[in-house]
Amino acid sequence: MSSHQSTRRIKVLVAKLGIDGHDRGAKVIARALKDAGFEVVYTGIRQTPEQVAMAAIQEDVDVIGVSILSGAHMHHMEKLMEKLRELGADDIPVVLGGTIPLPDLEPLKRMGIREVFLPGTSLKHIIEIVRRLAEEKRAREAESLV
Amino acid sequence: MPKLYSEDSLREIEKRYRSWEEELVPEWLKRLPERMEEFTTLSGIPIKRLYTPLDLKDFDYMEKLGFPGEYPFTRGIHATMYRARIWTMRMFSGYGGPEETNERLKFLIKHGETGLSLAFDYPTLIGIDPDDPMAEGEVGIVGVSVPTVVDMDIIFRDINLGEVTTNMTINPPAPVLYSFYLAVAEKQGVPYYKVGGTTQNDPLKEFIAQKSYVFPPEPAVKVAMDLIEYSIKNTPKWNPISISGYHIREAGSTAVQELAFTLADGIEYVRQLISRGMDVDEFAPRLSFFFDSHINFFEEIAKFRAARRMWAKIMKEWFGAKKRRSLWLRFHTQTAGVSLTAQQPWNNIVRTAIEALAAVLGGTQSLHTNGFDEPFRVPSELAAMIALRTQQIIAYETGVADTIDPLAGSYFVEWLTDEMEERAWRYIDRIERMGGMLEAVKKGFPQREVTEASYRFQREVEEGKRFIVGVNIFEQEEIDEIRNVPLLEFDQQEIENRMKERIKRIRSERDQAKWRRTLDELRRAAQRGENVVPYILQAVKAKATLGEVMGALKEVYGVYVEPPIY
Repeated sequence: MSSHQSTRRIKVLVAKLGIDGHDRGAKVIARALKDAGFEVVYTGIRQTPEQVAMAAIQEDVDVIGVSILSGAHMHHMEKLMEKLRELGADDIPVVLGGTIPLPDLEPLKRMGIREVFLPGTSLKHIIEIVRRLAEEKRAREAESLV
Repeated sequence: MPKLYSEDSLREIEKRYRSWEEELVPEWLKRLPERMEEFTTLSGIPIKRLYTPLDLKDFDYMEKLGFPGEYPFTRGIHATMYRARIWTMRMFSGYGGPEETNERLKFLIKHGETGLSLAFDYPTLIGIDPDDPMAEGEVGIVGVSVPTVVDMDIIFRDINLGEVTTNMTINPPAPVLYSFYLAVAEKQGVPYYKVGGTTQNDPLKEFIAQKSYVFPPEPAVKVAMDLIEYSIKNTPKWNPISISGYHIREAGSTAVQELAFTLADGIEYVRQLISRGMDVDEFAPRLSFFFDSHINFFEEIAKFRAARRMWAKIMKEWFGAKKRRSLWLRFHTQTAGVSLTAQQPWNNIVRTAIEALAAVLGGTQSLHTNGFDEPFRVPSELAAMIALRTQQIIAYETGVADTIDPLAGSYFVEWLTDEMEERAWRYIDRIERMGGMLEAVKKGFPQREVTEASYRFQREVEEGKRFIVGVNIFEQEEIDEIRNVPLLEFDQQEIENRMKERIKRIRSERDQAKWRRTLDELRRAAQRGENVVPYILQAVKAKATLGEVMGALKEVYGVYVEPPIY
């Protein structure tokens, strides 16, 4: 593989934010993204917003995918977005999956969450969105270098 | 032993079967091909077009089935089953603070619930207090917050602990919640020997699936066994463990894996207790189980029947148990949370009813039915009520509870029961060769098996090999009436603040010297390797909080961190 920026494999952080142990979805998605050719870093469970933001920066990922099934998504996502802004890493697109009540979709989008995947979303769809977000981010970066 | 069918009749059936299969079936297939090339259960067991006595050629009724209440208990553990007493309708409930949960419990009791079951919030499940930084935003959401004996007391306001039994879905902190419960019983004037209920207290499946582990595997098992030992001696009506397949299944295992891993967990616990010098007949009657009831109807029924037969055999032949009760696999069932869909959520009422029916036909002792709104949040009153009514309809309208094990003798069900059993034994053999489940868990074996199975299932859904109505078949642009279900609303922030304030007050008002002494004694007992339960009971009575007790134990036992493998 070329070392050129644009051909570097897309790198995704799959993170379990909060203290719930439901890791089935996160693991299935990590596996599917890997099978789709992405480089995947999986955090394991019980991560804090600080840990997730730091991992995303250290691993230099293109997309952060968060999984929360504890109902505490509003709280944790707000903290995560805050932390990313604080660290100047808010150019990394964030997507969220889990048991999210429909009325929360709008406020989550307003927080800057790019996509919310509800239960039943196909892996194919998730892979497409992650790829698009990663490519857009890289295009922005390439542009800013010009 | 006599077989069900004579050689003569089998020969005749075989002859006719051949001609049916070779002449009539091809004619039909030509006109109307079958829907799929291969039909399989959720566990991937291939299902034939038709089952006949030929599939039960060597079937020995007495060996395989026997009679209800008799070895090998395939038909049920009680001689009269639901004709005498309907299963316990035990709705898994809890949200917010103890006040909200007390209201919900009373609501369900008023509407005919016959047993209680507490759902705890995440901080409680992993043994931290509501003012722990990790608990922020999580207090009271997926269940009730119970950090002190005072909170447990509020949950059971106007509920007599001598008259109800309570299940507590709690694992590493099980001895703490058990102690809270006993302290409340004592306050109500109910003697320990009358206190009935269950603590889940099944540490091995935490590493395989539920992931609310705290201590590393060995001390985790040690503490769980402490609770069993203490409970057997002090609270004879308590089920100190509920060996659980439910979470393994929800994490993505097949039905066969659920069956095999659950029994293998059970085998490990039996060995652990025997190695403490306990007599198998002293503790075996208090072991209880917990299974999932998923949507593949017959496979679930076969699983329940096979589980009873296998456990009876294990207890009798492997461990030499003598008492009849020691051979019983008593179990609770929950319908499959993971089978519910966020799409067209009202359909979940139907799924839950079918799964509940499978549990009843499988001979469950108690049952929880999910609320249709649970893909989004803990159930609203309406959803919980419909779920409870579902059980009542099955119990009192359908007639399925009027005769025992009505599906026995079905060629298909008996064949599938045998098949599940055989496949589960193969897994148990593998785990035995690894040195039992504790060793297998440390090697990550069941964890990997479950992860593989869940990924396989998801791919099958994507490839259209498995159907989920509203998800990959009969999808629809959802109109608001279908999409928007009225969810339970509560002010999480207010609850979190209330819990934080209360625990602060409890900490400042307690007898500090006594509190410190009991926690020190607990720590020292843990260091000496003693049974920690009496010390935990003493500490919680001195108002030590959940987080403080667990903190003392963590100092001694350490904390488990899972390698992040996917």
